[in-house]
Amino acid sequence: MAELVEGTSLWQDAWRRWRKHRVSVASAVVLAFVIVFCAIGPPLVQAIWGWTYEMQDIPLGAVPPSAEHPFGTDQLGRDLMVRTMHGGRVSLLVALVATAVSLTVGVTYGAVSGYSGGRVDAAMMRFVDIMMSTPYLLLVIVLMAVIPPSSVSFAGLDGSFVLMFGALGLVSWLVLARIVRGQVLSLKRREFVEAARAIGVKPHLILFRHIVPNTLGPVIVYASMTIPGVMLSEAFLSFLGLGIREPQASWGTLVNEGSNAMSVMPWLLVFPGGLMTLTLFCLNFLGDGLRDALDPSARKS
Amino acid sequence: MLGHVLRRLLGIIPLVLLLALVTFALLKLAPGGPFSAERALPPEIERQLEEKFLLDRPFHEQYFAYVGGILDGTLPSLKRPGETVGELIATSVPASFTLGSMALLVALALGIPAGVIAALRQNSLLDYGSMSIALIGISVPNFVLGPLLVSLFALQLGLVPPALWDGPRNMILPAVTLGAAYAAYVARLTRAGMLEVIRSDFVRTARAKGLSELQVVVRHALKGGLLPVVTWLGPATARILTGTVVIEKIFNVPGLGYYFVQSALDRDYSMVLGVVMFYATLLMVMNLLVDVAYTYLDPRVEL
Repeated sequence: MAELVEGTSLWQDAWRRWRKHRVSVASAVVLAFVIVFCAIGPPLVQAIWGWTYEMQDIPLGAVPPSAEHPFGTDQLGRDLMVRTMHGGRVSLLVALVATAVSLTVGVTYGAVSGYSGGRVDAAMMRFVDIMMSTPYLLLVIVLMAVIPPSSVSFAGLDGSFVLMFGALGLVSWLVLARIVRGQVLSLKRREFVEAARAIGVKPHLILFRHIVPNTLGPVIVYASMTIPGVMLSEAFLSFLGLGIREPQASWGTLVNEGSNAMSVMPWLLVFPGGLMTLTLFCLNFLGDGLRDALDPSARKS
Repeated sequence: MLGHVLRRLLGIIPLVLLLALVTFALLKLAPGGPFSAERALPPEIERQLEEKFLLDRPFHEQYFAYVGGILDGTLPSLKRPGETVGELIATSVPASFTLGSMALLVALALGIPAGVIAALRQNSLLDYGSMSIALIGISVPNFVLGPLLVSLFALQLGLVPPALWDGPRNMILPAVTLGAAYAAYVARLTRAGMLEVIRSDFVRTARAKGLSELQVVVRHALKGGLLPVVTWLGPATARILTGTVVIEKIFNVPGLGYYFVQSALDRDYSMVLGVVMFYATLLMVMNLLVDVAYTYLDPRVEL
């Protein structure tokens, strides 16, 4: 009897390759710990010690790490551990949502451009070229500086969050649009698209049901590389005092406060800065591993 | 070639004007103006100020007056009416430029050798080690690295002053802080580029001719291997320019970057507009230069 031959799908193949990338797997584990730490930390701290991220104890002031306050406290006597957890929630949330915005815009734009072809494609890509040649981070700085966060608060979210999602999402889709367009250009000539067209599938369904899912590999790889970049931009803006505002905190604002007081109260910089660096680190290693696994052609060797 | 360069140079003009239009519209649409201070000015004085700076005119008149004033160098800063936008930019640009170009130098001087060595010893401990260090370098935000370096080298060891900008010795820390992450990028790009070139036929020929390994790398492989780095230089200039904003804040550098942020917060329309136009022009010229450099490094590329 003939042996049953089982094919390996792209995903099985990728999974096998990824598991061999030990640093990448270890990064994913550490990242999971950081996420759990930030996600369930604040209610836990509140249950054990009773601190919340905005609870002040001005007479106490800034004290170094102790059993009471594992990361120490800041000048207003706020517990730094719970503030670091809260800042992590904010930073991770901003990074995820802004990346999601950029994925939605980038994939749609790139797919439509590539599928339309011809003049529409040329015009759409010309626009991307123009955007790429502008110092758009300056525009983001202007945007963040002049728009009052309260005017854009939405569905109960702090306005400075909404502004950050939009500003970072809207500037980080450009490269993605190009990648997706390139993929779509080659995919749209393939037989399965031909077949779909032959049985009368509508163009927008061909594009989003048949073509776009096939671009997922590179899109995931690129998204995993966008997240650390977006996180860094958020911290950059918050560090300049343009992003997340008090009493909210993100890793960027905490590092900013910490760097001002670093020589006398080093813990204010070390804990949030260290955790943020660790997270970026893991995200970068994870992205590297994902690229090797999902996009073998882009491997460096 | 020359025709292409000229066409691209001319193409920069409408783009800069468009960018200025977007910026100006953004500034005007946002609530608050340059004269809305905490203590409100008497209405008649505010009106006079607005009249003086043409802010009571229709939008298009304002736009043309402001852009025109920036181009012929007569537009005053709204917050410091004694000085023109051009003068203010000219006094703060040298510090930013010195900082940016030193950081770029740090990045190339560290990154290229590291990348070349990693590529030549591919999959060795040296390769893994230097590439891991590079990835670490990319992951440390410069506003975390900066204060740490200050505390170590300036406050603990006392080797350099913590935050001053009056001599080459004081520029070391800011330049290293800004350049570190870019050095890591350069190392990765150089490694990738070199790996592609090192296996090609012309490199094998060069080796077969009996050239020393050093000559093979420097005279033959490096030219092609650096292509990714050259491509990166265009966008990198933009990122380094904006990156200086943070470094200028940490190290108290009297440069353009942090001043720009302050101008945006103060709604100093003329300064913001001037800096955006200046940076945009600079960036687009840089991109053009990178493309020209590309044709020299890789003769197959045509503009």
